[in-house]
Amino acid sequence: MSGSSQVLATRARPRRSSLRSWRWSDRIVYLLAWFSGLALCLVAGALILYLGVRGIEYVSPSLLFSRPTAGVDQSQIGGILDPLLGTLLVVVIGIFIATPIGVASAVWIVEYGRPRWLARAVESSIEIVAGTPDIVIALFALSLFQLGLFGFLSFTASGGGVYGRSFLTAGVAVSLLAIPPVFLATRDGLQTLPGHQREGAFALGKTRVATIRRVLLPGVRPNIGTGVTLGMGRIIGDTAIVFLLLGVGASQRFDFQGGTPGLNALRGTGATLTSYIYTTSPAGEGNAPQKAYAAAFVLLLMVLALNAFAGFVAGRGAAGKMSFGDRVRFGAWA
Amino acid sequence: MLERLRHPWSDRRAELVLGAAACSVCLAIGLMIAFVAVRAWPTFAHNGLSWLGAGSNPEHQIGKMLYTGPHPPASAYRLSAWPLIYGTLLTSGLALVFGMGFALLAAIFLVEFAPPAVRRVLVPVVRLLAGVPSVIYGLVGILVLAPFVGNHLISPAQKRSVEYVVQLDGTGLIGAVVILTLMITPIMVALIADALNTVPTAWREGAVALGVNPLRATLAVSLRAIRPAIVAAGAFACARAVGEAVVIAMVSGGNAFTPKPWDGAVFLFEPLLTLAASILNNADALSAPAVGSTMNAFALLLLFSAFVLSLGSYLVKLPLRRYHGGLR
Repeated sequence: MSGSSQVLATRARPRRSSLRSWRWSDRIVYLLAWFSGLALCLVAGALILYLGVRGIEYVSPSLLFSRPTAGVDQSQIGGILDPLLGTLLVVVIGIFIATPIGVASAVWIVEYGRPRWLARAVESSIEIVAGTPDIVIALFALSLFQLGLFGFLSFTASGGGVYGRSFLTAGVAVSLLAIPPVFLATRDGLQTLPGHQREGAFALGKTRVATIRRVLLPGVRPNIGTGVTLGMGRIIGDTAIVFLLLGVGASQRFDFQGGTPGLNALRGTGATLTSYIYTTSPAGEGNAPQKAYAAAFVLLLMVLALNAFAGFVAGRGAAGKMSFGDRVRFGAWA
Repeated sequence: MLERLRHPWSDRRAELVLGAAACSVCLAIGLMIAFVAVRAWPTFAHNGLSWLGAGSNPEHQIGKMLYTGPHPPASAYRLSAWPLIYGTLLTSGLALVFGMGFALLAAIFLVEFAPPAVRRVLVPVVRLLAGVPSVIYGLVGILVLAPFVGNHLISPAQKRSVEYVVQLDGTGLIGAVVILTLMITPIMVALIADALNTVPTAWREGAVALGVNPLRATLAVSLRAIRPAIVAAGAFACARAVGEAVVIAMVSGGNAFTPKPWDGAVFLFEPLLTLAASILNNADALSAPAVGSTMNAFALLLLFSAFVLSLGSYLVKLPLRRYHGGLR
């Protein structure tokens, strides 16, 4: 009956004996445990409430749909349209690159995985990527994409130096953030798919590839969904990579490069919500807290929506759900 | 060409293509280490071990590097990075200490004592707190916490006492530690709660059957069983704290000062800077070769510490493999 409500109640607890029989020290620790649990809820509530109040105060349709404008009084002019679109652009590029790589690596590890040492190397390097600070990834990506070889991703200055900063390079760099969650979710799903599904497909004469395409991948689709959602959350929340690879202290507008429509935006620079918040906060140059609050509110809404969506995807019969710890570990801010 | 692709792939080709995709991640890691190390090399070559030493303010030294031209002489690389290393160790160490106590209690509460209704709220809350972008924490830190500290906690006398050395404006050690603690606690809660959940119920029930109260049973049996997982959670959270750039850049005051514990209460309010935050602060000066090399040296140090911490958490968790199925 109460099956759905039992999902989170993972263990049978012994009937609670009366607290009165406990030692004083134990009672204090017990109360502290309650306190810290409730404190976490309070902090989250306060954060959402505070940003919500500030956000409603400063967010307006005209702010969302007008472009950032240079000017002295930032509280009156300009909006956050460009950073908003920039965030979407970076997420799309990042996920577009990370999903195939993450899924393919997971399939290869589980279904082939030979030679063994190579499989182990791949698993550990994904673990290392997951633990690498994003500022290091940013620095690496910047020096990599400033090689002449990658000039087509950004633009080449008149002196022959490659700028290395563009939406494309930022997208490639942030895809490194999303690969670990996609990989882990897919791998866990594949490992928990019952073996008889594979055996049944082989018995019907399907090749390995056909089994992967027609049986295994459809079976782990919810897992891939979970991984992709977590990866999107990490990309949306990343600041350091975007800040370094989209141009520092620029006008916050899309800065097109070249003449091809579409490609010129990709090869140009701009801003995302996170870099916009950083630059408009007192820590950056443009001191416009109202704008920063508004952008932070929009960003928080996106994260909340993604969180809710992740719960929804995972609820739809994912094979072998990702554990709580893994979800937080691989979905947390980079 | 297209005709060939449309045919069903052979297993062999699929294996090669999938394997190549998997290896691309290895390649990225290899390239990353190589790039960072090569670009960091001049700094280490010109400074030797004195690079790690104390002496002067690294931010001023980096400022001087800006104007050393495209082929800087060896003397241009001069830097003493200790204030930044100290700042990194201090903030992440303190955040880890506070966060760990808090996370242990919260995880015990979540797994053992929370009524189902509270648990149903707490799990998404932890997930949300861990998923909030760091720049939002930084924004709240600089716009809410720092003014509060500056206006209510620091007395004018304290400000005057150090005004010739450093400005106390509310951004500083205490804000950085509070915000970092807030950021790493949810991660540790989730990891520890996960480990607590894998302790076989019978172990705790056995302890309770012997007459211990549930709290003691948890502390004595479950926590003891998952000690390696707790250490691993701490190491993982510490790696995150060490590499956090944006928040520290926003709330720590942006001054490579070394807070001194013997300054008394002022210690808590003194500004500092970490390695990661310094990279972010100097992002627009990377094209100066000396600065770029120095920043890559910082990155190499961060990469190394992240690597050591994740290797440590892997090694420390190895003994848990004994409990097949029960504990992971």
